[in-house]
Amino acid sequence: MIVLEGMFYGFVASCVLGAFAIIVFRNLVYNALGLLVCLVSVAGLYGLLHAEFLAATQLMIYAGGVLVLILFGIILTNRVAGKKWEVGSRHWVAGTLVTLGIGYLLIRAYRPADFGLNTPGPVADKQARQVGQLLMSDYVAPFEVSGIVLLVCLVGAALAASAYKKSI
Amino acid sequence: MSKPEILFYLSVFLLITGLLIVFTKKNAIVILMGIELILNAANLNLVAFNYNRPELDGQLMALFIILVAVCEAAVGIAILLKMYHYYRTTIPDHISELKEKW
Repeated sequence: MIVLEGMFYGFVASCVLGAFAIIVFRNLVYNALGLLVCLVSVAGLYGLLHAEFLAATQLMIYAGGVLVLILFGIILTNRVAGKKWEVGSRHWVAGTLVTLGIGYLLIRAYRPADFGLNTPGPVADKQARQVGQLLMSDYVAPFEVSGIVLLVCLVGAALAASAYKKSI
Repeated sequence: MSKPEILFYLSVFLLITGLLIVFTKKNAIVILMGIELILNAANLNLVAFNYNRPELDGQLMALFIILVAVCEAAVGIAILLKMYHYYRTTIPDHISELKEKW
């Protein structure tokens, strides 16, 4: 039990560190690695909250798919030889003030105790099995529509990125 | 503090970090990373609020958010590649013209 507690706080800490790495580093590949750390630790948090299906989905789709896509984007759009993969930033003071203000408002507006987050309730067991059954029964219409969305998005992305002449 | 409460504060942190990245970074790919962080904050919030309930609708909502985020990333990277092909830059500040250049 103490191991699981330690893993929970470790995942929280690595998530915070990964998000900081995206802000602090100037190198694009370091930013992508920070995003990887953040996404993998979020997947670990899902696993520790008994959302196993969501954890596997997060690992396969985000850490496996989206991150590879982003790395391909970095490699394909910065192909000037000898130039470093660096990126600057601007508007530091205004951005920090605005985001800290939004964070303060969120924390003040939503007190977690009002939503019963502190009162331990019954935790459903075998959640992956239940999610599968719900996807095939109650949520079957969004499931099918999401298949169509994925197909349209794949065809659109392939068409937009290809060198097809009339598509410009 | 209980676990869902910690995750609530973590999701607030991820949201404002993603917003800060979107506001301050120059390269469009890093801006896409910030958008992914914001969507992850929403997912984490849904799972944290779903933790103490016997129903699983929060998790299914998070599942569909992941799906839409994947579509967004794929189309965004495709548009970025086209933008780089056309303007030879991925920095949105450098693209300030609406007229075609021939």
